Amino acid sequence: MNIKLALALSATAMLMGGTAMATDVKIGVLNDMSGVYADISGMGSVVAAQMAVEDFGAAEKGINVEIVSADHQNKPDVGSTITRQWYDQEGVDMIVDVPTSSVALAVSEITREKNKIHMNTGAGTTELTGPQCSPNTIHWLYDTYALAYGTGSAMVAEGGQTWFFITADYAFGHSLEQEASNVVTKAGGEVLGSVRHPFPGQDFSSFLLQAQSSGADVIGLANAGGDTINAVKQASEFGITQGGQDLAALLIFITDIHALGLQTAQGLVLTEPFYWNLNDGTREFAQRFGERHGGAMPTADHAGVYSAVTHYLKAVEATGGKETEALLGSMREIPADDPLLGPGEIQANGRKIHDMYLFRVKAPDASEGPWDYYETVATIPAAEAFKPVAESGCPLVN
Amino acid sequence: MAPPPAEKVRTMFELLGIPPQALFGQLLLGLINGSFYALLSLGLAVIFGLLNIINFAHGAQYMMGAFVAWMLLNYIGIGYWWALILSPLIVGATGVIIERLMISRLYKLDHLYGLLLTFGLALIIQGLFRDQYGISGLPYQIPSQLAGGQNLGFMFLPNYRGWVVVASLVICLSTWYVIERTRLGAYLRAATENPTLVGAFGVNVPRMITLTYGFGVALAALAGVLAAPIYSVNPNMGADLIIVVFAVVVIGGMGSIMGAIITGFGLGLVEGLTRVFYPEASSVVIFVIMAIVLLVKPAGLFGREA
Repeated sequence: MNIKLALALSATAMLMGGTAMATDVKIGVLNDMSGVYADISGMGSVVAAQMAVEDFGAAEKGINVEIVSADHQNKPDVGSTITRQWYDQEGVDMIVDVPTSSVALAVSEITREKNKIHMNTGAGTTELTGPQCSPNTIHWLYDTYALAYGTGSAMVAEGGQTWFFITADYAFGHSLEQEASNVVTKAGGEVLGSVRHPFPGQDFSSFLLQAQSSGADVIGLANAGGDTINAVKQASEFGITQGGQDLAALLIFITDIHALGLQTAQGLVLTEPFYWNLNDGTREFAQRFGERHGGAMPTADHAGVYSAVTHYLKAVEATGGKETEALLGSMREIPADDPLLGPGEIQANGRKIHDMYLFRVKAPDASEGPWDYYETVATIPAAEAFKPVAESGCPLVN
Repeated sequence: MAPPPAEKVRTMFELLGIPPQALFGQLLLGLINGSFYALLSLGLAVIFGLLNIINFAHGAQYMMGAFVAWMLLNYIGIGYWWALILSPLIVGATGVIIERLMISRLYKLDHLYGLLLTFGLALIIQGLFRDQYGISGLPYQIPSQLAGGQNLGFMFLPNYRGWVVVASLVICLSTWYVIERTRLGAYLRAATENPTLVGAFGVNVPRMITLTYGFGVALAALAGVLAAPIYSVNPNMGADLIIVVFAVVVIGGMGSIMGAIITGFGLGLVEGLTRVFYPEASSVVIFVIMAIVLLVKPAGLFGREA
């Protein structure tokens, strides 16, 4: 039951009369339209992709862009079916977004087999640019290493020497816990223990109590979405932070903070590649985005989709066609730079790097209005924020 | 048999690697979760016992309870305590409408039709809320009177959780009392046994059944309001919980009021213990118990054999 929303984009325009050598490209936005990640990605990503096409002025440059989208329901089998159908029958050239690591790995595999392009902004696993890396996949936005590095090293530096993890019991949670443990021990901290909760979880009080009695300085939440929201909400109820323990949400998006409310979320430290209120460029984008997306501010994933689509179109313009090898080469040559993620580059393993930011959630009285949630604690330079290519374990790097 | 000496108990716990204090804390938490199971399964049991409808929309109605509490607060500034009364009334009223318009047409048909209808309704309700409010959820704070908590020595008990246990126990027991021990309850039970006969005595049976469904739905909404300050208020909050609650009802015995209450609290405790000894299995343990109970006693622990 794939509800496929085919959204034909009118950027193609009728002015095409004169341009004989127009290129037709079809971009597929594949993500979670109805489940736990629907606010983080969902229709907002489609809006972001459309804005990228319009802002790039694709039609004036002789590029006809059509955007299609579908719901992968966070299931690898559903995602694979859509991906094959898009590549084989519908002529999709590039798939963007794809949250949920298991689906992303499946899409990456098929993309390689069909020799197309996948620009992933939604998934967190470092496998995409590690052992399962592919010349056809660019991991655009973030990964578990970058998140763990940013939050982990900052908290240890602030005196959070001992850690206890509450981990979602599936591949993503394990990987996030592993990356964070490495960062903590490397920075001189110590991991006292961890507890794995079933996914998705509703009640975290037992796990929080175990974390509390461990006496660790920092309780690391290696989970996402509704699990993180529930855990943070209940941690506040059990007086965890008043008791002197810090809470570190390793993967949390601004829509999650919105759902928690500042009263509950205040003081949380987190790492993100993007925040709408960062500078004039991001604010301008966020305002236009909000007007088209029910007043909600863009998440990092939405910004990532915008940035990735923009870069892809630059390569289409530069090569004057859509031949996969040429595009992949061109995307690596053209310096990545846009108002949302700033300057960056694509590494040999397909990892795109850019600055990451360490934020702290504001207290309610420090917030100046709706969606004004973060204060910037530190900027983590691109070169430091991501896993060194040599350590990635990607077979393409030698 | 004499109870084992305290010394021995301690050694036993230490053998399992859990200090007794942590264990008591976890048991208490289990009891708190059990109160939600009990409240929700009670509503299901009332509806099934008296209407013979498997109300799959129960999770969605629990979610509506929480959302209505949020709407009351954010749109007209009505706080938690009034929401505790108003939200079940409002959601219960929607239940009455649903019963009159749709469910009442299904009483003569197989259980499956009721199940399919309410399941479809649940999907529609969740879809509408998701479309309007998104998936991440909405913030709802603990009322100031119940903020903070007590240090019990072995654990920090938030006041709000204590309140949830007390409220749930009071509601569960009074519902049981009304249905099993009063004249009104006797009418209700009689009407399910033989509606024609009870109707002949001058009792308006269809209206009684409608109100019963409304009451069951209101119980779900009440659980939703109780849950709003501690769980994420999102359109899927009930969908995540309802499967577990159905397992509770099946274990307790479909339609048994006391069975639903006792198994609700009991399974909360079992789940709490599992979280200490093998957390990974804590979401499965209830279903394992369900399978065993169905094999040994298919009507459930407290169910009347058909």
